[in-house]
Amino acid sequence: MTATLPQFRRRASVAIADERLQQALDRGTGNFRRARDVAFAELPDADGLRDHFKAIRTATLADLGTYLQRWEANASAAGTRVHWARDGAEACAAVVEIAARRGATSAVKGKSMATEEIELNQALEAAGVTATETDLGDWLVQMAGETPSHIIAPAIHKTREQAAELIGRLAGRVMPEDDIPALTAAARELLRQRFLDAGIGITGGNLMVAETGSLVLVTNEGNGRMATSVPPVHVAVIGIEKVAPDWDAAAVWLSLLARSASGQPLSVYTSIVTGPRLPDDADGPEEVHVILLDNGRSNLLGGEYEEALQCIRCGACLNACPVYGEAGGHAYDSPYCGPIGAVVTPLLFGLERYEALPQASSLCGACREICPVRIDLPRMLVALRRDQEERAITPWHLRWLEGLAARILASPRRLRLATGLLRWLQRPLRGRRGLRLPGVLNPAGDRALPALAPRSFRQMWAAGELEEAGS
Amino acid sequence: MPERERVALCVTCLVDQVVPEVGVATVRLLHRAGFEVDFPADQTCCGQPFFNSGRHSEAAELARRTVAIFAPYDAVVLPSGSCTSMIAVEYPHLLEPWPEWHAQATALAAKTYELTSFLVERAGWPPAAAGRLEAGRVTYHDSCHMCRLLGSREPPRELLRRCGLEVAEMAQADRCCGFGGLFSLRLPEVSNAMTGEKLRQAEAAGGQMVVTADPGCLLQMRGMAAPDQRVEHVATVLDARAADLKSGAEASG
Repeated sequence: MTATLPQFRRRASVAIADERLQQALDRGTGNFRRARDVAFAELPDADGLRDHFKAIRTATLADLGTYLQRWEANASAAGTRVHWARDGAEACAAVVEIAARRGATSAVKGKSMATEEIELNQALEAAGVTATETDLGDWLVQMAGETPSHIIAPAIHKTREQAAELIGRLAGRVMPEDDIPALTAAARELLRQRFLDAGIGITGGNLMVAETGSLVLVTNEGNGRMATSVPPVHVAVIGIEKVAPDWDAAAVWLSLLARSASGQPLSVYTSIVTGPRLPDDADGPEEVHVILLDNGRSNLLGGEYEEALQCIRCGACLNACPVYGEAGGHAYDSPYCGPIGAVVTPLLFGLERYEALPQASSLCGACREICPVRIDLPRMLVALRRDQEERAITPWHLRWLEGLAARILASPRRLRLATGLLRWLQRPLRGRRGLRLPGVLNPAGDRALPALAPRSFRQMWAAGELEEAGS
Repeated sequence: MPERERVALCVTCLVDQVVPEVGVATVRLLHRAGFEVDFPADQTCCGQPFFNSGRHSEAAELARRTVAIFAPYDAVVLPSGSCTSMIAVEYPHLLEPWPEWHAQATALAAKTYELTSFLVERAGWPPAAAGRLEAGRVTYHDSCHMCRLLGSREPPRELLRRCGLEVAEMAQADRCCGFGGLFSLRLPEVSNAMTGEKLRQAEAAGGQMVVTADPGCLLQMRGMAAPDQRVEHVATVLDARAADLKSGAEASG
């Protein structure tokens, strides 16, 4: 997986030309944004709550080791088996080992970006374990042979008609596109047996609560609760940054998460897993495993990018981002897309591989404005651009041009000479609406670049033309 | 006649070289509001393009130049929300490593104004309800840095209304126009798609033109606008209205 500048531009162009995708994306992100605004307006002091949550996240990350150890001690006491994974390979190996020990050949999965990040499905397949996604969006995407294009709405790029077509193909009958209950009933029919047959249930996790060693999962479809309670083994993979010290903090976390993600005061299902079933329990798994995934996160602690770890993966910044809104999630070629993805993807998986992502922003700041944790994503995008310049990842000719421009702009005399030269050069190209450049030579594509004015403001001023203007 | 207060004009490089008529309109508006205008001839660029590209040493060099040039003035006015945010919000952070520059930058930040904010907050111009003349409808595009970094959404709308223009809101007035400086050249397909969406929303809002307070947004939108879709800088619109109102008042007086 990579996103060089030409790759990103090519993928974004495909998405921009796809009318159905644009329609689906506009509708999806627009609905999320409106619902989020309504849900925040209902809070008595939404801004105060966000400030409070920012303080909680900042303080927790400053002492992350302590909270993780406290969580581990309490989780272990409740019977959860805790695994620490330095990277994706270690995490995948841990899951594969559990499946092998239990002789599981099929797995059901709840929604999890962490397992996308470590490419767990491929690892399971290689080990002979069939993994079925059970989140409706994830399942559609898996059936279509695609990858999620949004952190919380994996199939946001698909229209309802496309979803009906896919489900119809799997159900072996024509599905009405406007009958949502019929579509979900068909999906339930197709998925129910998978839950009953699965030897192992795999999920992500929204947060851990150190105070009681609990794992918290939120879903709207109930598939998360099925995956954590029907199969005899439950394995969760979760990033080490997602820990809350106590239930007070967790309550703030949950209320902001659901509101930011989908505009709900609380998601439909909030599952709290604190160890496997007890002798008296009616149901629940015999074994619960939690895999704590580092995969580059601890490298960010204590540095200028630590703030990125405050993210709770609500996806609100994607819904607010006009670049994501046009380019779509697949242009990023990462499980984490949109503004937060443009920051964490290069940090976790390599700035060289994901050269385009820090550039894929107009720095408009809509992400910072909507983020429940007020993460300053534009600041970090600029810092990543600085790293690209310093590590010479930016192409040499661009660095040379920028250096030249800086030298010209540092001196009024050089500015006068340079703009004089440009004025002379542009004469044959001046059109009524800007420069007339042949398509392939226009770095702005379909957009007309502006021409320099025949005379600059400073020339007019120097000629004394503006002394009493307007008075 | 009492001596008029002097303000410095930081015209911005785009206005200087590409749309000087916006600078002319800015000077005329400041004169109308009763100010003397000085244009320090050494000014070039605030450094924002380099700052946004992560070239912070070059940005800091341009910032130090700009601070030195404008430090002596009581107030600095810019016809650009974005360049104003560079000076008023980013300079103090950018120049933090140099304590003496940092202090000067902080002082400059406090007296640097985007044009419409200056007219409303410092100049009280024009007097409320100056524009009794019916002048039609426009739609206003909030530039990102002006509304999110400076927190300024009302002053341009207020001025347009005071000059007798109705402001018809588009669906997402603060959705980015697609400019973003070098972003618009590095990812032109995405940038242009964003501009297309902005112009469609503006068209749907109705009105005779799209008005913005930033030269970057102005040129970006003009570069994609249909021949019959007008995009104007708020300074030129206000100046033209002020001239109409003045001649209207003289004719009726």
